[in-house]
Amino acid sequence: MTAMQKLYLLVPLAPLAGAIIAGLFGKAIGRRAAHTVTILGMVVCLVASFLVYRDVMGGNIFNGPVYTWLVSGNIRFEIGFLIDPLSATMMMVVSFVSLMVHIYTIGYMADDPGYQRFFSYISLFTFSMLMLVMSNNFLQLFFGWEAVGLVSYLLIGFWYTRPTAIYANLKAFLVNRVGDFGFLLGIALVLMYFGTLDYAAVFAGADRLSGNTIELFPGVSWSLITVICILLFIGAMGKSAQFPLHVWLPDSMEGPTPISALIHAATMVTAGIFMVARMSPLFELSETALSFVLVIGAITAFFMALIATVQYDIKRVVAYSTLSQLGYMTMALGASAYSAAIFHLFTHAFFKAVLFLGAGSVIIAMHHQQDMRKMGGLAKYMPITYMTVLIGALANAGLPPFAGFFSKETIVEALHHATVPGAGFAYALAVAGVFVGGFYSFRLVFYAFHGKERFADPHHPDVIAADAEAAAVAAAAAHDDHKHDDHAHDDHDHGHDSHAPHESPAVVWVPLVLLAIPSVCAGWLIGTFVYGNYFGSSITVHPAHTAMATMAQGFHGVFGMMTHALGTLPFWLAVAGAGSAWFLYIVKPELPAKLRRQWGVVVTILMEKYGLDRFNDWFFAGGARALGTGLWKGGDIAVIDNVMVNGSARLVGWVASVVRQVQSGYIYHYAFAMIIGVLLLLTLAYSG
Amino acid sequence: MQELPLLSLAIWAPIIAGVAVLFTGGDRNAHAARVIALIGAVIGFLVTLPLYTGFDAQAAGFQFVRRMPWIESFNVWYHLGIDGISLLLILLNSLTTVLVVIAGWQVIQTRVAQYMAAFLILSGLMNGVFSALDAMLFYVFFESTLIPMFIIIGVWGGPNRVYAATKFFLYTLLGSLLSLVALIYLYNVAGGSFAFIDLYEVPLPLLIQVIVFIAFFMAFAVKVPMWPVHTWLPDAHVEAPTGGSVVLAAIMLKLGGYGFLRLSLPIVPDASLYLAPVVITLSLIAVVYIGLVALVQTDMKKLIAYSSISHMGFVTLGIFIFNAQGVEGAVLQMISHGFISAAMFLCVGVLYDRMHSRQIADYGGVANKMPVFAALFMLFAMANAGLPGTSGFVGEFLVILGAMKVNFWYAFAAAITLIFGAAYTLWMYKRVMFGAVANDHVAELQDINGCECLVLGVLAALVLVMGVWPEPFAEVLHVSVNELLAHVSLSKLPLQ
Repeated sequence: MTAMQKLYLLVPLAPLAGAIIAGLFGKAIGRRAAHTVTILGMVVCLVASFLVYRDVMGGNIFNGPVYTWLVSGNIRFEIGFLIDPLSATMMMVVSFVSLMVHIYTIGYMADDPGYQRFFSYISLFTFSMLMLVMSNNFLQLFFGWEAVGLVSYLLIGFWYTRPTAIYANLKAFLVNRVGDFGFLLGIALVLMYFGTLDYAAVFAGADRLSGNTIELFPGVSWSLITVICILLFIGAMGKSAQFPLHVWLPDSMEGPTPISALIHAATMVTAGIFMVARMSPLFELSETALSFVLVIGAITAFFMALIATVQYDIKRVVAYSTLSQLGYMTMALGASAYSAAIFHLFTHAFFKAVLFLGAGSVIIAMHHQQDMRKMGGLAKYMPITYMTVLIGALANAGLPPFAGFFSKETIVEALHHATVPGAGFAYALAVAGVFVGGFYSFRLVFYAFHGKERFADPHHPDVIAADAEAAAVAAAAAHDDHKHDDHAHDDHDHGHDSHAPHESPAVVWVPLVLLAIPSVCAGWLIGTFVYGNYFGSSITVHPAHTAMATMAQGFHGVFGMMTHALGTLPFWLAVAGAGSAWFLYIVKPELPAKLRRQWGVVVTILMEKYGLDRFNDWFFAGGARALGTGLWKGGDIAVIDNVMVNGSARLVGWVASVVRQVQSGYIYHYAFAMIIGVLLLLTLAYSG
Repeated sequence: MQELPLLSLAIWAPIIAGVAVLFTGGDRNAHAARVIALIGAVIGFLVTLPLYTGFDAQAAGFQFVRRMPWIESFNVWYHLGIDGISLLLILLNSLTTVLVVIAGWQVIQTRVAQYMAAFLILSGLMNGVFSALDAMLFYVFFESTLIPMFIIIGVWGGPNRVYAATKFFLYTLLGSLLSLVALIYLYNVAGGSFAFIDLYEVPLPLLIQVIVFIAFFMAFAVKVPMWPVHTWLPDAHVEAPTGGSVVLAAIMLKLGGYGFLRLSLPIVPDASLYLAPVVITLSLIAVVYIGLVALVQTDMKKLIAYSSISHMGFVTLGIFIFNAQGVEGAVLQMISHGFISAAMFLCVGVLYDRMHSRQIADYGGVANKMPVFAALFMLFAMANAGLPGTSGFVGEFLVILGAMKVNFWYAFAAAITLIFGAAYTLWMYKRVMFGAVANDHVAELQDINGCECLVLGVLAALVLVMGVWPEPFAEVLHVSVNELLAHVSLSKLPLQ
């Protein structure tokens, strides 16, 4: 094993070691040791990732096995690494954001009894995510895929006494499992037709199988690659929360804020994007699959952004904005702009982590109050948080020169150039989404950080509305079958009106600042990242998909791109979105409430999230339970047990009672029966 | 080492220890009974270890073969030997016995000697089933396992134990009687031999094969159990004491799967192929239908019992798709299910011993009071849901891959378990373990003690090791499975 290979191993194993120590011996070693050891693991991981990254960018690509997991028939299932620009970039993003979140957690979770457990989980998550991105085969990809799902489940339900949290984590796991169901079938098809799960071998054989068809229903044949790609993408829809499997992500906000930043914004939810980019040699062979990806992404990007505009919970606004941004990445994939998708993933990881951690900082200051109606005017009390959130919002809205501008602009332009069916639809929604994105980003900034200081004013109409709503929710929870105490951890708003909010401690704001820096300037790397040959062989684009190539010719540096943007529609839409937010929440703060009343139906549809949650609860959860009860009571108990099993027993009893009549005890009955029997036997014997 | 009759030791050491335990008499000597039982179980386990280390994974055919006359007038032999499939099951069985003895150490306070003896004797008998190479010997061991289990359920069981024990006994006995008739028929056709290797060579016309297959099928399908002859299992589990449930789920169900592999497939290969679609359909019904039924159970043990049936559906599915992934997946699924179902029943046992209730509704918020237990139970719940990195994934994954080769829709239906398995397991976990402390009884719960921690810890380690690195389990299977598949592919229909 070379020194470099040892480094590859060190990258995932350092966080794993931290997770095991903090998890198994957390009680024994105490809080300080638990966070020291996990953070130390993360520092080692980040340094190793950086060395690997530098080495890969120097041209040293590695693809090889670590150990043989299983052999079956003629198939070897290996655990192995593929270290190329794509995975090395992901490793950098994951380990950097994860380290920041580890540090931030010291402050955010300071009073929590589950402190050590939390550190163990986030380190375990980092390990799983790294195994996912470093994999050189579908099997290990699936391992990481499900493992991050597990840790996400554990972390959403971290406060396991809260009914909403344990509802949300079960929902998240099951919805992800629906995606994984498709994903696993896709993997099985790959193995069946390619005979291997190794990326390199599969991609090498993809061209050969591009003409194959598969008949899932008699008489209807589909392109094999299309079926495989769509099944794999269903997995991505679960993990990267694409419509209609996005429903788990907003609820996942029940988890502590640091993991919302790490898992449900910066890293895990981008696994699906990463996966599709990794599978580009397959997806490029199927226009249908690309088109499917594109349309799903477009729906998610636009319609989820709309929901963000009406939310009051600061974390939910950011959550819906994450959904929308994931939609943009997905659209980019569908338009064969893989490098743009990964670039947006890269910039988004920073600015969305900033937004979440900034929201978390606000939540700390507000004593675990998340309702923006009870905030307002926070800018002067927490200037660092304000500045970082503002940067995050500017980046999220896609305004130059912030990071999000470059990646989002590239995606919109790529959609403009794309030729796959559905590209026009996607382009329209993407452009409209830019306006909505500008609006909800700045709605958050203005509503929470500017305007009246509503947190100190219990008689403000917004606060009254918020309190009434909270009371209604609490009453509904009390009617719930659980009747649990809903106010165990995060909701204790004990008299925070008494003293003014203040800036969070350094362990909280330092990571914020460190993440805000790349939120400003990560976009300037666009020249090398998107238009240079940065990804090399890790991404394949079919020669017929010319969008990125065309754009590369029109690219004249970072400044050229910014000045060019001043003359384009998306830029002005983003500005208009931000401006509308300014008008509504600064200039005329009484207007939003009025508009909500006037547009009641639309607002209700958005607040109800298009009714999908209700439908899923009723149709899938309720339907499965009804079907299960029917099969159990009707099938198992009524038919099998009562009719067949106990029925046979009764039949035996009945026959016995009949036969018992024959055993009468009278000699002449027996003699008569014997004679009849002998006669019958004789007849049979001689008739043959 | 080859000189020691290891297989005989694996069978008779626990049985002799069991008889010795009986001699300790009443509960005044309970401690002696426990100690002797533990020694017997550990010896029984230790003698199986050289089977693994001495097993030649590259060699075809049966190993550690011993052959002695038993009933000479009928040409019945005491004929033992193992291949990779039986090897793993013997190891699983002997290990489970040790765990069951430890698990019953404190819990069982009445008729301790008889309880321990029943498990030891049962363990020896099941090792007999897994190592018999003579059909009559196989049948005797197969049927005799019913007696100790009948006693375990009937004596140490719950309030409705007599109904459950009788249902269990009659169901399985009636199922296997026909197979005796089939074996006697085969004995005649094979020219007066019960040896498996002779029966494997007998040519048989398709109709006869189908009849023999059905006779075997009745015996093994009830044992597995397959839909629709599964309804004895939930009742048996609910009434059985924890140890009984553990052995029932971890080992006894495997007798059915093993029977398919050792008898049905090689003796009547053409009928097996011919009827495979039927068996596959029943298996998939088990996966889907039983998964839904498991979802709505209100009794934890019943829920896990149904989950067992659903998981065993993968075993029969894997066997009857006749490819390496399917059959190896089926065997690995049996081993993994042995660990996981044992652990799940032990977890319910831990709760039952404290609360005397199996009803999910009586629980809530247990994690607050039993954090160590909660962590272990979470691991097993995830393994039960087939999470990669746990043993539960390995077998199901291979079977789904194998099923895909045969028919997309087989794989599709089987993969639904990904959703249902997670739904019923985690929903139960949520209601029992998560939430605020539900009532005063939960508030008084104590976390698991050393004994419980040891047993669950061993199983947790096995679940993880097998999930992360299954190859040591699988490598002994390759040659045996290939040989079996070669057998199946050779038609036994007489030449026209």
